[in-house]
Amino acid sequence: MPKARMRQAVRQALHDEMQRDPTVVLIGEDIAVAGGAFKATEGLLEAFGSNRVRDTPISETAILGAGLGAAATGLRPVVEMMFIEFIGVALDQLVTEAAKFRYLSRGRITVPLTVRASAGAGQGFGCQHSQMLDHWFRATPGLKLVVPSSPQTAYGLLRSAIQDPDPVVFLEPRALYGERAEVEYGDQALIPLGLGATVQHGDDLTVVSAGQLVARALAAAYGAPWSADVIDLQTLVPWDRTLVLESVTRTGRLVVVEEAPYSGGWGSEVTDFVNGELFGRLQAPPHRITTPDTPVPYAAALEQAWLPSASYIRTQIDELLVSGRRPSPWWQQEQETST
Amino acid sequence: VTLSTQRERRQRLDQPLGLYERMLEVRRAEEVIQQMYADGTVRGSTHLSNGQEAVAVGIAAASRPEDTVTCTYRGHGVALALGMTPTALFAELAGRRAGCTGGLGGSMHLSDADIGLLPTFAIVGAGLPVAAGAALTAQVLGTGNAAIAVFGDGATNIGAFHEALNLAAIWQLPVVFVCENNLYGEYSRIELTTPVSDLASRASSYAMPGVIVDGQDVLAVRDATAEALGRARDGAGPSLLEMKTYRYSGHSRSDPAGYRLPGELDQWLARDPVMLYRQALLARSDATEAELATVDAQVDAALRDALAEALDSPVPAVRELLDDVLSGGGR
Repeated sequence: MPKARMRQAVRQALHDEMQRDPTVVLIGEDIAVAGGAFKATEGLLEAFGSNRVRDTPISETAILGAGLGAAATGLRPVVEMMFIEFIGVALDQLVTEAAKFRYLSRGRITVPLTVRASAGAGQGFGCQHSQMLDHWFRATPGLKLVVPSSPQTAYGLLRSAIQDPDPVVFLEPRALYGERAEVEYGDQALIPLGLGATVQHGDDLTVVSAGQLVARALAAAYGAPWSADVIDLQTLVPWDRTLVLESVTRTGRLVVVEEAPYSGGWGSEVTDFVNGELFGRLQAPPHRITTPDTPVPYAAALEQAWLPSASYIRTQIDELLVSGRRPSPWWQQEQETST
Repeated sequence: VTLSTQRERRQRLDQPLGLYERMLEVRRAEEVIQQMYADGTVRGSTHLSNGQEAVAVGIAAASRPEDTVTCTYRGHGVALALGMTPTALFAELAGRRAGCTGGLGGSMHLSDADIGLLPTFAIVGAGLPVAAGAALTAQVLGTGNAAIAVFGDGATNIGAFHEALNLAAIWQLPVVFVCENNLYGEYSRIELTTPVSDLASRASSYAMPGVIVDGQDVLAVRDATAEALGRARDGAGPSLLEMKTYRYSGHSRSDPAGYRLPGELDQWLARDPVMLYRQALLARSDATEAELATVDAQVDAALRDALAEALDSPVPAVRELLDDVLSGGGR
């Protein structure tokens, strides 16, 4: 299999969908002539022409609104938000309008709109260009939410997102654009939305993660005195309850590793569900390894501490397995030390 | 509701008497809605468009059923003009299954794909970029269709207006932006919120025609809209039409409109669009008093029947609220 960086896998997914379906169009800032700020659309203008690959002004409301209007009337648009934060000025079009069209038309108007965005921390972009912001979308019925973790999943999930009849928010961890791995292209590589993937099998606990932290969860498990099912959730809405429940039923322990502030993070949905289903049958309390409830700091040492590292994940799981109690997060220990 | 009924309703707008009939129907239907609200049949709020009937009917007369329309929460008139039946409208407001969205939407969220009406927008300005997107579909696929965005004067101060006009202009999209300037954005008079009195002038920032239209004259509305739609279909790009009009009611049911200037309402009532067109039909001998009286009686009878039919329709089953959130059922 050929090796590709995630940005190339994204580009290939867009290319393949545009070739398959003439109603797929791309709309976004600097995506056509410049090939995208992260070079994920490079060459697509040349391949498909300016009618289908369109640069826009810096007008996120118009971009999202046009995407909605186009999707509701026969196109299958993929709009790019260069940084997911930019959607803040245009949120109305997605959560208040696009998410309601199917409902308000009794299913007669569908919105096959894909909103791609770079997201997440790790590259020193500072607090206004480093968030995942998945929680802005998770609590809005009518949207789907997908987070790839690798070139392969970016390719397979993005193609499925574009083919999906509903609005899909597709958060590409920008720290992974340069990641290189073997990728299988083609229709057989599509990954259905709503399904997680068990990327490693083990017996002592279930680790559920998504996005760029999947690789760190795997690294944490490498050489550990315990073995874990590591599940890449892939789709956060709707998420794969069946896969997670099956795994935790067998392992008896659940740890969620998420790139999200502790309060309101997606992992609380997972732990709540598992707690409710398996109450009294777990060998340890479900545990969430998250970021602190702070903006993303800039300095390298601070940002590295902010995002759960493989060694931090390993330490937390070690402690959970030894004590049977939930370990405190690092920031709580820091705060106790300073007072 | 059959498609043919809606199409036939739209086609009647080709006739002078059809324009009159529809404007009167909108006026009388909103009187029915006021009563439905007063007796508790309608929940929440309603935003009446009485006084603005010529705009709704004129736009519908100029456009095709294949065109896409985005409209505001003040949309009873536009929906009826585009062909929605009074039964579907009344039933929607009463929260019945025969409503245009089966009772899921209500007054502010009327919708029918068959008449080109996207779910109406209850957020000021939100429909403009969406209309640009519908026009993008027409442009990319080469369908020859166009889009119309209907919005109020208040929307010209929100970012979505400016972003949508700008995008439509640089892409030369086949879209017509129709501003119903009724002089008040919610409870505030336009002078308090807007530094220009002719909103059509805002088109100059986006290098598109900005046309002031007498919004009380249904033929002026129809002809100006037809010309702008013609430009759009010819690839000459978007236009901004400013319909000078007035709403007789307050912003919503809870607003008595005490902020109006003294005498203002009477001045506008003297140019009532339904009355003006009735007089024009008589003056041009396009209709006789007897014919108009027949239409008046027919409209009232049809609305009575429609209301009875709407209230005969069952309340939706509770499980229906779970449908159509995402494909494949609920969440």
